[in-house]
Amino acid sequence: MSFLILDGISKKFGDFSALDHVDLSVERGTVRALLGENGAGKTTLMNVLYGLYRPTSGSIYIGQKPIHLRSPSDAIAHGIGMIHQHVQLAEALTVAENIVLGIDRSTSLIDLRRHARKIAVMSESYGLEIDPATEVWKLPMGMRQRVEILKVLYRGADILVLDEPTSVLAPNEIDMFLHRMRILRDSGKTILFVTHKLDEVMALADDVTVMRQGRVVANCRVADTDPVRLSRLMVGRDVAPPAAVRTREAGDVALECRDLRMRNDRGTTALDGLSISVRSGEILGIAGVDGNGQRELAEAICGLKLLDAGRISVRDIDVTGFTAEQRHRIARIGFVPEDRHGTGLVLDNPIAANLVLRSFRRPPIARYGFLDHGQIARTAADLMNRYDIRARSAAQSTRDLSGGNQQKIVLAREIEAKPDVLVVAQATKGLDIGAIEFVHSKLIEERDRGTAILYISTELEHIAEVADRIAVIFRGRITGELLPRELSAERAGLLMSGACTGEAA
Amino acid sequence: MDALLDTGAIALLLAATVRLAVPVGFAALGGVIAERSGVYNVGLEGMILLGALGAAAGTLATGSPIAGCVVGVALGVAGGLLLGLLSITFHVNQLVAGIAINLLSAGLTAFLARGLIASLFGSSSVAGFSQVRLPGLAELPVIGSALFTQDPLAYALMVLTVLVAFVVYRTHAGLRLRAAGENPRAADSAGVNVTQVRFTALAMSGAFAALGGCHLVLSQIYMFSEGMSAGKGFIALAAVILGRWHPVGAVAAALFFGLCEALQLRLQFSNPNVPYQIFLILPYAASLLVLVWFFGRSRQPAAAGQVYERESR
Amino acid sequence: MNRMLDLAIGLRIPIAIAAALLTGSLLIAAGSGDPVKAYGLLFKEAFLDYWGLSNTLVKTSPILLAALAVIVPLRAGLYNIGGEGQIYIGGLFATIAALHLDGVTVIVALPTVILAAMTGGALWAALAGALRAWRGINEVIVTLLLNFIAIHIVSYAVSGPMMAAGAPYPYSDEIPQSLRLPILMPQTDAHMGVIFGLTAAAAITFIFMRTSIGMALDVAGRSANAAQYAGLNVKRQIVLSMATGGALAGLAGGIEVLGLKYRLFHLFSAGYGFDGIVAAFMTNAHPALAPVSSFFLAGLQSGANVMQRAAGIDGTVVEAIVGIIIIFVAASLAWRTDLLRAFLRKGDRDEIPSVQVSRVESK
Repeated sequence: MSFLILDGISKKFGDFSALDHVDLSVERGTVRALLGENGAGKTTLMNVLYGLYRPTSGSIYIGQKPIHLRSPSDAIAHGIGMIHQHVQLAEALTVAENIVLGIDRSTSLIDLRRHARKIAVMSESYGLEIDPATEVWKLPMGMRQRVEILKVLYRGADILVLDEPTSVLAPNEIDMFLHRMRILRDSGKTILFVTHKLDEVMALADDVTVMRQGRVVANCRVADTDPVRLSRLMVGRDVAPPAAVRTREAGDVALECRDLRMRNDRGTTALDGLSISVRSGEILGIAGVDGNGQRELAEAICGLKLLDAGRISVRDIDVTGFTAEQRHRIARIGFVPEDRHGTGLVLDNPIAANLVLRSFRRPPIARYGFLDHGQIARTAADLMNRYDIRARSAAQSTRDLSGGNQQKIVLAREIEAKPDVLVVAQATKGLDIGAIEFVHSKLIEERDRGTAILYISTELEHIAEVADRIAVIFRGRITGELLPRELSAERAGLLMSGACTGEAA
Repeated sequence: MDALLDTGAIALLLAATVRLAVPVGFAALGGVIAERSGVYNVGLEGMILLGALGAAAGTLATGSPIAGCVVGVALGVAGGLLLGLLSITFHVNQLVAGIAINLLSAGLTAFLARGLIASLFGSSSVAGFSQVRLPGLAELPVIGSALFTQDPLAYALMVLTVLVAFVVYRTHAGLRLRAAGENPRAADSAGVNVTQVRFTALAMSGAFAALGGCHLVLSQIYMFSEGMSAGKGFIALAAVILGRWHPVGAVAAALFFGLCEALQLRLQFSNPNVPYQIFLILPYAASLLVLVWFFGRSRQPAAAGQVYERESR
Repeated sequence: MNRMLDLAIGLRIPIAIAAALLTGSLLIAAGSGDPVKAYGLLFKEAFLDYWGLSNTLVKTSPILLAALAVIVPLRAGLYNIGGEGQIYIGGLFATIAALHLDGVTVIVALPTVILAAMTGGALWAALAGALRAWRGINEVIVTLLLNFIAIHIVSYAVSGPMMAAGAPYPYSDEIPQSLRLPILMPQTDAHMGVIFGLTAAAAITFIFMRTSIGMALDVAGRSANAAQYAGLNVKRQIVLSMATGGALAGLAGGIEVLGLKYRLFHLFSAGYGFDGIVAAFMTNAHPALAPVSSFFLAGLQSGANVMQRAAGIDGTVVEAIVGIIIIFVAASLAWRTDLLRAFLRKGDRDEIPSVQVSRVESK
């Protein structure tokens, strides 16, 4: 008899169908993995289960009884606890205070000592090893996640929903995390976890549900399946062969990264001895699941983040000590950042200002510090025309444009600077098919001009369309390299999940 | 300098310290509550004035200073709620909203005092509180007469300081308050109504600042005069910083400000050659040094000054 | 419908001021005055009467410079509420310089004095900027504290080392006759200061519209990440913008001394730093509009006196009305017009993916 049943859940946002008749049934005391690529609808489904979204149709049952979830507090009342990908804790408060927060709506006294004792006992019984009296800011990220888990357990959750739980963990924390999850399961908790990492599914889950484009494509017992089948189910097709015909052979090495090491903002290892090289007139695709060091790699090359160790050179010039401005101006590194809204553009500025965002302090845009508005207007008109940026005028606020047009602004600006090296990070995220094709054709044009392009994406299909070579990144290092024609869903999936490390054969 | 050091003079100095510190102390408590919830209350100055006017009008109308306090506190609460309406509901910059409330209060109280108090009540001087000697405690050497021969509002401050500290650190309501100021998103996801918490905090903040104004009218001057807050609301903001956002710390800082003020007054008359401004600058310089040295260990509430919107990314 | 809405949003500041004046008329009526007559007198005195106008101009120059002192850092994303303190330090530096330059030719002395005033204000504000840039300390708190320290430093200076011999209360010696700013309107106090203010407003407007420095400040103020990406040194932008703001406020202080007071007084600035904050926010941080808002605020203040004399309305009501104006203007500016637009255009709210959608789906 299933403990938790989702029956025919659909969720539409306008015309977009995020979930399409999703059925799911989970036994008590088991771990269910929800596997799928970005945008498969996993997170939407979890938000339905947590009362954040109301399904357009379908029903939810716990222990055979239908339940209605209007808000997270309804979910909590039914014993559903959600552990978000990004922990939500007040850092200046202690662990116990964060856990107790919101439990009691009155003004009454808190006996924090009593709560702390109960929390300590609970923490010990599940092997979570948390000291309730510590202030949260003193804890590393992995422990903060355990605080979140304790928080839902303390509220009496029987069903734990974890959204990409390992994405905030350092590699060495992951094994312990899996171990703790097993303890929870063995104590009778029901666990659903959302992931796109095959190795974790194999290591932890009893059952796995694979989702693709808002639908459930498979339900199976982990014991009866294997990573190859799962990765094929997840990606859903063999990836298309490269379409573009190259007009010119790749030249000398233009970008060389040697043994890059970097810790991210949270202090965990983001780049772990990564090395790559890209030749001029070549597109190197970096494939990998989100959060394996792609963002840090791009920012390291472009000078937005400092390396702990390693060396980056462009055409034999060591640029490791260059500032972001020098890398752009002297080393001629162009960058299409992943965070289009916060980094690549100033959304409140007009289109014209964004088209000169990286060049407005130099001639011909500025002379002796004075802006040449005629030049800016000419540049803007020219680029808007050539890159098909659709807007009322160059003075229009960038915020009003569609994602595709915004990305064209970034692309136009970076390509027109005539870079030797172009780093393109998650450039197709949130774009429609037309815009994606436009981005890709411009990149191929740029490659044929002789630029070395590093194309970072989580979308295998997109990488296959443009890349000449593909390197797979996993936990901050390159785990394998292959050619687009060797690319199959299984092989890429395995490399991306770290299930095997292989060289291109 | 001998005159400064004899015990009688010290007792007088301490008594003056307490008297000068009470209005700032009340306002500082109000500041702590507001900032703990995540809102800067730059409008404390105006709320002191509202409290002072209410105290004068209420006392003149009823003859009872307690009723005066009730009216004063009610006006202060109104000021706090207005700050909430502006900064929480309309997303007006908290600093601008506070300054606007200061201007509005200064103008409105002066206008009402001239127009209404004079015409309605004829007289403007009010019967306030008198000093109450606490038997036993007042006999303590030096500090006894300074601390325990005070008016009821000064005693109220002592009690309320402890009470506020208790509520902030030992109750569920206090926990919600601190969480709203530290990480409103986390508080929200734990089921705390951040908007409600902040409105409540601002109402209380206004009430406390108003009590400071009540003290000015009912225990010090015995009448309302225009602009009688004289910057005490801003000093209270500094006291909040020096007290490191802790209720007891803020009131202790207010006492320190009071002591410095008392010292400089004394110095101005007894030793004109010593620059008394040293004592005026001292508390602000101390606040600044506290910021520079303790930053990171004793931060301001992390979300202070920020609008919290559920839908914001 | 959309046209109307765009127009209303474009004109929201004048609309808010009108609404505030309407609300204020209730106060005037409550004080048994005639609002039409009162406002008529107020505006006539403030802007049309020779003496009244001179009075307005005298107040305009410090308010305008103080407003610019807020606007420059605000464009870079920083709140300078320390204009008042920077005015004091500017006045102090100007007075010291002026008293030491007695006998030096005006062509050298006057620029030196003005430079001294600006340097003083700039240093005072840069302190807050540096603490923000390198220690991450909130500039709001620091500039607030520095206000008090500056006021007391001036108090010490004029009652101690700089106190004029035989002065009955704390003030300094008079500055040399030659350094006093010329009077614009004969027989009045209206001095050249307002020209400095207008020049500064024009210069700041030019900097933001026409120079790469201004554009860099704008980028830094709108997105620190984008600024770093654009190759800017964000820490330097913070210090630079605060120092520039401080220099303008310092200039305001210097001009008060050179144009009006001719010596340094204890408490010589009547809260102009705070008026400047108000004037700045009324323009939505636009330097070209700062002269208008400053002139308007100054007019309200100088017109207040005559209202009492002529209309029997207490002048303090004007202060209350100014408060109401700021509340209305600030609310009209801060209100989320994009949400209003979206709401009115889409109508059916269910069609707009709710809150969490945008948060979760777009990450």
